[in-house]
Amino acid sequence: MPGMSGRFSTVMKAKISKMLDRAEDPSEVLDYSYQQQLENLQNVKKGIADVVTAKKRLQMQAGKIEQSVVKLDTQARQALAAGNEDLARIALERKQVAQTELQTLDSQVAELERQQQQLTDSEQKLRTKIEQFRTKKEVIKAQYNAAEAQVRISEAATGVGEEMADVGLAMQRAQDKTEQMRARADAVAELEAAGTFEDLTQLGSGEDDIDRQLNQLTSGSQVDDELAKMRAELTAGSGETEKKQLGEGEQA
Amino acid sequence: MIVRISTEGQWDLDDSHHGELDRLDDEVVAAVEAGDEAAYRERFDALLDFVRSSGTPHDADDLHGSDFILPPADLSFDEAKGEFSGEGLIPDPPG
Repeated sequence: MPGMSGRFSTVMKAKISKMLDRAEDPSEVLDYSYQQQLENLQNVKKGIADVVTAKKRLQMQAGKIEQSVVKLDTQARQALAAGNEDLARIALERKQVAQTELQTLDSQVAELERQQQQLTDSEQKLRTKIEQFRTKKEVIKAQYNAAEAQVRISEAATGVGEEMADVGLAMQRAQDKTEQMRARADAVAELEAAGTFEDLTQLGSGEDDIDRQLNQLTSGSQVDDELAKMRAELTAGSGETEKKQLGEGEQA
Repeated sequence: MIVRISTEGQWDLDDSHHGELDRLDDEVVAAVEAGDEAAYRERFDALLDFVRSSGTPHDADDLHGSDFILPPADLSFDEAKGEFSGEGLIPDPPG
């Protein structure tokens, strides 16, 4: 039988029939097979826990970046109010990078949420089949008659084996995705470590290397638009915060 | 017949649906072989939807293996190249 899951279950079927050929007592194969199924169920649980861990990690990272967005926005306003448009621009450019990052993280968290749900459903289905196998196992043992038992064992094991192969495939796919996300999250963490989203008040005068890179990353016009909007808001708010100096209040 | 959509579950389909299943499967193969990703996505979704809509969920307690196993719905175009080729995943109905 072709197909990803099909290939797995073909391998599993071959394994079981080999075991049946070798076993003196087919009921041993049944017990062994059942033990294997329970172990696999444990692995599925571990797989779900891994997805949850990855999700929590991304959520934490998103939380941090969300704070940066608020902080950079505040700083841009303060800089603009103080008449330092260059600094306001840098803050907005950084804010834009952080916002883009936040969107990516949010969609990744949603994806992991979906995978977690899918794996939980799969685990439930597998659990039902294993339970059914357990019941059937005892019936087959009780009616033990070599040829008949062989057929029925192989049938029962096929159903569980296929379900197991399918959960295995779902886990593999979830792992691949979390792996990709982890690699990306690490890259963002590096950006963070390099000070990309850091407090602008820590920044020395003039543009540094990061800013030159950010300039290339962000679209100038979007930053211009936001600057204009902020300027309009400031004028409308007529001067209350105007003289506040950057770095004075440490609002974020 | 029992058809499984990987990572979703098993469906019971009447044997009379075999022909339509085979036709939809061949269309996915054609899209993949033509290198047309948009057509692949559309045809593959149609194949899975056909199984979901014309089948009924297979009894969770039953231990029968599937007659056909289809890949998961989020199968990428690159992955599809390894799955859908030649006769596809559904062979011609007998007779």
